[in-house]
Amino acid sequence: MSKLSYAYYPGCSGQGTSMEYEMSTRALCEALDIDLKEIPDWSCCGSTPAHACDHVLSAALSGRNLGLAADMGEDCVLTPCPSCLTNLKNAGQHMSGSEEFKEKVNKLLDEPIGEIPDVKSVLQILFEDLGPKGVKEKVIKPLSGLKVVTYYGCILTRPPKLMEFDSEENPISMDRLMEAAGAKVLPFPLKTECCGASHGVARKDLVMKLSGKLLDMAEQLGADAVVTACPLCQMNLDLRQGQVNSANKTSHKLPVFYYTQLLGWALGLPQAQLGLDKLCVNPMPALRGIGKKEDAA
Amino acid sequence: MKIGVFVCHCGSNIEGTVDTKTVAEASLDFPEVTFATDTMYACSEPGQDGIIEAIEEHKLDGVVVASCTPRMHEPTFRKTLERAGLNPYMFEMANIREHVSWIGKDREANTNKAADLVRIAVEKLRRNQPLTPKEFDINRRVLVIGGGVAGIQAALDCAEAGLEVVMVERESTIGGKMAKLDKTFPTVDCSSCILGPRMVEIAQHPNITLYAYSEVESVSGYVGNFEVQVKKKATYVDWAKCTGCGECVEKCPSRKAPDPFNELLAPGRAINIPFPQAIPKKAYIQAEHCIKLTKDKCGNCAKVCPSDAINFEAKDEIITEEVGGIIAATGYDLFDWTVYEEYGGGRYPDVVTSLQYERMLSASGPTGGHVKRPSDGKEPKKVVFIQCVGSRDKSVGRPYCSGFCCMYTAKQAILTKDHIPDSESYVFYMDIRAPGKLYDEFTRRAMEEYGAQYIRGRVGMVYPDGEGQLVVRGADTLMGTQVEVKADLVVLAVGAEAAKNSPQLAEKLRISYDAYGFFMEGHPKLKPVETNTAGVYLAGACQGAKDIPASVGQGSAAAAKVIGLFSKEKLKSDPQTALVDIKRCIGCGKCAETCPFGAINMTEFRGQPKAEVLETVCQGCGLCAATCPQGAVQLKHFTDNQILAEVEALCRF
Ligand SMILES: Cc1cc2nc3c(=O)[nH]c(=O)nc-3n(C[C@H](O)[C@H](O)[C@H](O)COP(=O)(O)OP(=O)(O)OC[C@H]3O[C@@H](n4cnc5c(N)ncnc54)[C@H](O)[C@@H]3O)c2cc1C
Repeated sequence: MSKLSYAYYPGCSGQGTSMEYEMSTRALCEALDIDLKEIPDWSCCGSTPAHACDHVLSAALSGRNLGLAADMGEDCVLTPCPSCLTNLKNAGQHMSGSEEFKEKVNKLLDEPIGEIPDVKSVLQILFEDLGPKGVKEKVIKPLSGLKVVTYYGCILTRPPKLMEFDSEENPISMDRLMEAAGAKVLPFPLKTECCGASHGVARKDLVMKLSGKLLDMAEQLGADAVVTACPLCQMNLDLRQGQVNSANKTSHKLPVFYYTQLLGWALGLPQAQLGLDKLCVNPMPALRGIGKKEDAA
Repeated sequence: MKIGVFVCHCGSNIEGTVDTKTVAEASLDFPEVTFATDTMYACSEPGQDGIIEAIEEHKLDGVVVASCTPRMHEPTFRKTLERAGLNPYMFEMANIREHVSWIGKDREANTNKAADLVRIAVEKLRRNQPLTPKEFDINRRVLVIGGGVAGIQAALDCAEAGLEVVMVERESTIGGKMAKLDKTFPTVDCSSCILGPRMVEIAQHPNITLYAYSEVESVSGYVGNFEVQVKKKATYVDWAKCTGCGECVEKCPSRKAPDPFNELLAPGRAINIPFPQAIPKKAYIQAEHCIKLTKDKCGNCAKVCPSDAINFEAKDEIITEEVGGIIAATGYDLFDWTVYEEYGGGRYPDVVTSLQYERMLSASGPTGGHVKRPSDGKEPKKVVFIQCVGSRDKSVGRPYCSGFCCMYTAKQAILTKDHIPDSESYVFYMDIRAPGKLYDEFTRRAMEEYGAQYIRGRVGMVYPDGEGQLVVRGADTLMGTQVEVKADLVVLAVGAEAAKNSPQLAEKLRISYDAYGFFMEGHPKLKPVETNTAGVYLAGACQGAKDIPASVGQGSAAAAKVIGLFSKEKLKSDPQTALVDIKRCIGCGKCAETCPFGAINMTEFRGQPKAEVLETVCQGCGLCAATCPQGAVQLKHFTDNQILAEVEALCRF
């Protein structure tokens, strides 16, 4: 197999709130021999604020990045962030579907965009192009005994016609990858429920309720950790876990990983490359339990 | 030849976008046309009388009617010609409705095209020959495929009228879905009490031969004289000896076999008698689960059988039956709901289908009529019904309404209260469709007397709350809110789809089926139980989802059609058959090879091999004519010369 190689769009949260996602994604891909070519001079994808007020503007913000990727000679752009994914894909699909729309977007761009590249999540290519088998071959520290629930959030696979990946109701890509890394994946029925997303700012009470429900269910199933693929989900469940606990009178101490961190761990990558220290709920008890609990069970 | 042309207005259907007067005038310029007129409704009584008068007055010897599709009215006009003393085949139709007025709005272009179509018809008619049908005998036996309530009704009506009936049923018992039901709407009478006696009648009627656990392998022949190969699948039990005592089932150690009659609610045995009232009440072995047949061990059943009926050596058998008519009554199957991941996709044991729920309610079901939920055997106190699962849902390719689900859901809500008086039922619905006699009253009873809570809205998600209940979350579109109900059991009102392998059966019968696999009736309004193949009729849900009263109605209707067909002395064959020009035939035999109906014999003429068409067997498909390298086989009424003349009429410039 020739080396997997893609244009890479990191997205803004990777520079701040989800630095550890960005770090672990890069480290994991390197270890898996996947070439991520960062789009030079990439800019904001227009997420949420732009598409809420103007579709053309929003598509132009994303379109600029797609154009740059095309100039690199790449036909597929990867991003770890589901919000970026939605926006980039939306822009691409709209422009491919309507010449008229594409023209409007091109008016706003310095360099008109020609060929529109595909957009996929890093998760999608790990699952589809490399496959769980490809991951399994590289595992040196299996996550034996670690019981996880996979939480995909509401936008990673939705709307299905746009995302064209996995099941919109019961996605399984992360499950299979986690199993490949040796973890035990519990049947989590709330995989695609909303965590409250950006309502955390305006309506904190909503996030307390919605994220609280997710944590309650994970705990009830006996999970050692939650695995996510979205910066916003991760933040609500991890950073706000204390707030959730005090609002709901619960005492969850569930570490909330990015799936890239756990896969990286299983591949034996150094802690520093995985940004484990950036997590709010201490992940070490869960990680130290790996391999041990199996004997007990 | 003197040809008359009649251009129909079809009210405003044609006249609206075609200038029929101009078409008629233009026709007068076509060769041998001596009379042409427009007419309001050519098919009406005055319309037909007008044609007859014109034939007499103008001494016409051929007629073209420019109107609608020949499907409906070609036979009408052929009869008109006959009444006027002409040969009915000296007639042509130009379809200027479906092919012109209904598909274009440009009046001038339409008028020109209509005139062209008339010109084509005239050129063909000029080369028509008078044809006379042959008469042939009818085999007055009828085949009924499928032994659900529709097939049972059809078979009994035919048998009562004195016809010999052959019934072929795929399963080891007749009864179809109705046999699995507990009670039936809108009267809530016991399903097996009303169906059971009818099933027994099938078994006992001297005019009926039943092949259960059998399928139709192939069909050849034509109306009045079909030859049917029936495959009797191996049951490994000699049914002539089996008394249905059930000893073998008791002693069978293979206890994880599927039990399709109970909708897989509980595992069954490898040797099985579906239910106590089964007809025939005979055991059969599911080979892939039998320890003897798969591993050559065990053989318990053979040891305990008091009548020595077990035969592990049994093989499938092919039986040939000759019949004159066929009724297809193969019913429906349930949509595979597991595509609905939001309802758990089959992962949650306490989400069941409506038909499974019927088995849970039924006294002959695996729980003896006590409603127990599959996960822990507890009696559910809160039951949520979700309607339109695989019905009226474009996203799963099932845009049609299955029709009976609203009614059976109301029935099941009523029965739930009867079985568990302290229970609560919730029904999520889109619209309530209850248009039958006493039907709306019935759904109201479920709400008003039995307290079922009807919530108008779709369910978006069902998930286990981790404490033994299921959370059902949906929209209440009347209140404009989201609702969550905690349920002990969720019942999905799963919609109907065409029975498995319906398209394959349709092809054997040479009948049409729709995009979903349901068989096509001859006409959606006027030929509800006929098909486009003479001698083949439909009954019940195989033609589209329908409830028991409607299925039974069609069963009787199809029987009446067969009885009518068989009441004729003899049948007339269609004379539009192939004909071999013996001078041109080189005896290569290619036509005999391609003929799908076996209608061509090879004979000898003055020492030379020649092909010969059996006129009553020939279906007029024309394959032989297309195959013949010499142009020696011609299809009467569609000769090469006629088709070429039509093409030339169109390509004059
Ligand atoms: C849960 C539920 C509850 C219902 N409750 C009611 C009710 O209370 N009242 C009511 O009026 N209706 C009810 N119905 C509808 C009812 O089931 C149908 O109206 C009825 O069964 C249709 O009868 P049928 O003979 O056309 O088809 P079926 O009952 O489907 O019978 C078809 C028969 O043909 C056989 N068959 C299929 N393919 C072949 C083949 N290729 N060769 C040979 N045999 C074949 C099948 O094995 C079967 O025996 C209910 C339906 C469901 C799903």
